[in-house]
Amino acid sequence: MGVEGFIYPNELELQWSVLIVLYPFITGLVAGAFILASLERVFNVQAVKPTYRLALLTALAFLLVAPLPLQLHLGRPERSFEMYLTPQPRSAMAMFGFVYLWYLMVVLLLEIWLDYRKEIVLTWKSSTGPKRLLYATLALGCDNISPRALKLDDRIGYAITIIGIPSAFMLHGYVGFIFGSIKANPWWSTPLMPIVFLFSAMVSGIAAVMLLYMLMCRMRGVKIDMPCVDAIARYLFYVFVIDFSLEMLDLIHRLYEADESLKALDFMVHTRLWWSQVILQIVVGTVVPITILGLMQLVRFGEGVRRALYAVAGTLTVVGIFAMRWNVVIGGQLFSKSFLGYTVYKLEFATREGLLPAILLMVLPFVILAVLVRVLPPWIDTEVRTHAPTATA
Amino acid sequence: MGGRYDDYRHLVRLVLLFAAGILVFFLVRAYMMPPDFGRYGHYRAGALDDIRQLPVKFAGQKACVECHTDVAETRAPGKHARISCETCHGALGAHAVDPGLAAATKPDPRTVCLPCHSALRSRPKTHPQIVVADHAGDAKCNACHRPHQPAVS
Amino acid sequence: MENRREFLGQGVRLLVLTGVAAAAWEHVQAGTPEAAESYHTTDHWWGFAIDIEKCIGCGSCVRACKTENDVPLDAYTFRTWVERYVIDSDDPDHPRVDSPNGGYDGFEELTGLPENIKTFFVPKLCNHCADSPCVQVCPVGATFDSPDGVVLVDKTRCLGCRYCVQACPYGCRYIDPRTHTVDKCSLCYHRITKGLTTACVEVCPTGSRMLGDLKNPSDPIHAFLRDHKVMVLKPQLGTRSKNFYAGLDGSVR
Repeated sequence: MGVEGFIYPNELELQWSVLIVLYPFITGLVAGAFILASLERVFNVQAVKPTYRLALLTALAFLLVAPLPLQLHLGRPERSFEMYLTPQPRSAMAMFGFVYLWYLMVVLLLEIWLDYRKEIVLTWKSSTGPKRLLYATLALGCDNISPRALKLDDRIGYAITIIGIPSAFMLHGYVGFIFGSIKANPWWSTPLMPIVFLFSAMVSGIAAVMLLYMLMCRMRGVKIDMPCVDAIARYLFYVFVIDFSLEMLDLIHRLYEADESLKALDFMVHTRLWWSQVILQIVVGTVVPITILGLMQLVRFGEGVRRALYAVAGTLTVVGIFAMRWNVVIGGQLFSKSFLGYTVYKLEFATREGLLPAILLMVLPFVILAVLVRVLPPWIDTEVRTHAPTATA
Repeated sequence: MGGRYDDYRHLVRLVLLFAAGILVFFLVRAYMMPPDFGRYGHYRAGALDDIRQLPVKFAGQKACVECHTDVAETRAPGKHARISCETCHGALGAHAVDPGLAAATKPDPRTVCLPCHSALRSRPKTHPQIVVADHAGDAKCNACHRPHQPAVS
Repeated sequence: MENRREFLGQGVRLLVLTGVAAAAWEHVQAGTPEAAESYHTTDHWWGFAIDIEKCIGCGSCVRACKTENDVPLDAYTFRTWVERYVIDSDDPDHPRVDSPNGGYDGFEELTGLPENIKTFFVPKLCNHCADSPCVQVCPVGATFDSPDGVVLVDKTRCLGCRYCVQACPYGCRYIDPRTHTVDKCSLCYHRITKGLTTACVEVCPTGSRMLGDLKNPSDPIHAFLRDHKVMVLKPQLGTRSKNFYAGLDGSVR
């Protein structure tokens, strides 16, 4: 299947590759994992507490990788610092540098640091050699972990989580706006785009943390906290229903209004996007997991069955959200802006924007997470640790 | 809060670290910013000059006519009068500067005449166009038409 | 004796010519001496006009542009190109459009066309929009509106993020495979600021393409806009394109 119909000559090659599919997927996981963490911290959903630190570390691991696909994609990556020097105020993309830095430094790193500070200082004091130096650095050389200091940390951490929620929305929502504000492209241009991106991000992030938690419990040889996973799955289901409704709303709206672009887009979905959109994203990646999760709200299965179903539903969910990113980014470039033709996406393997770097970039966050989990173990004294109540003085 | 300094000294250190980072950023920014950025708008003003100084390849009709007045006179009454010399003779900016260099060659009639005059349904009906095979077989266009005065007398 | 004098005469003539040429080079580069130094951006507001009824699809503009602006020949990238529309009266919702190599080699006659068709050429180039969506989205200010209404690219600052390529509704932009930065029609800014016209207008044999200075009251573009029914491409997007087409059919995208 090659070029079909008429495309503007400059449209022959796609501009945004699989790396640009990866970027919203990764920041989506970050935002979603953070929202899950905030469920416990701000909304006091005690059941998901075992995953609190894991969610934060997962968010950090993916956030550190997030700029890499962008850098690899740029024609002139050595100039990317210009986004900090001369950000053009009307461009949504110019926000990236600042939103990213804000979220990394002020929200995520700060929250993790404040939450882990006691363990960091304790580890510092009880280590020798390079390990001692590492933890001393992480503690910024301050070893004050009196109950009053920790209580202060807790209150500030609470405030940061509150700020973090809209910040996470910004981090991923602006990506949706980058696409949604392009009037030249009818596949992208819709006010719903930031919201759809955000909800699908939450879906992917929650599912990812759920899967990681179950996996790591297995690896640690520890019993999976079923009420925790049940709670996560419940929230996953709710958010998924909202996400699916939003996407269906967009679709129904398009079909109903049937403007000029619909013919070209409809044809594209039925041909070039059939497998990735209809089969992978909608059926396998959305309808099946929602059905499974919904069924599990009505029927109480045994623990083993539930674990298996969560694993299946979670995996399909993450795959489905990746497919959604693919269909938005690549799909939006497969049809010509003349509405008269289509082009193809040539995904190569070992080139700068090929499949190999994409795979490596998806593996890297797990490598980083493995390191983070070593340095900042999420489950030291999880059972006895509580957050200082914020209501009392 | 009202705690002792010891309770929040780690925060103070953190804030100082942030402040140092922001300061470094502004220093780097001052060093790396192009000085003429923002003079006319959100761009480097020097870009306008850079673009203006790009080399010119086509001399333009006026430059040709300055020297080749005889050709201009020949062409004036004909159908090709308004067509620029360089449409058929190619870019001659270098030749206009130094007539010794890059002298204009007489292009092969088939390669310059047919792109305009072979019959295409999409061309306006008033435009003179011929189906090559029916028109003159293998003969060259300038067997009957002089390019500077194309009417067959 | 005679030969040597002739030879000397030729030599002197050559020397004088070279000297004159060296002096003239600056002027040719500058267009006309008056035009270069006295070019003030605030005196001009550049636009473009195309008379569809006159375009014969010869491709001279495409070739001239690639020569003048060093556009890659071996890549499928164009600053300007020509499209051919064929509309079957029995099936007007499905126009057949082609642009073989952007029209660089002209067009071959199509075979097997029905009798009842409307067919014409449409030259395309950057519309130099007054409300340009490509300028709006550039994250670093590498593409911008000049004060005289030309949308330009600063090659030294472009990151190659391609956001502007996505934002342009007309497909005018491309990535130069040699510099990995974005490129597009600059309205031959290096020529028009020296009193020359654009390369494509220079070589257009029928006068279908016209450069216009909308701020100059005696510019012929004003008469053209007054005497023809004109349209811009995709007016519903509000880009305020300054590329005015006369005789544009409603099917043209």
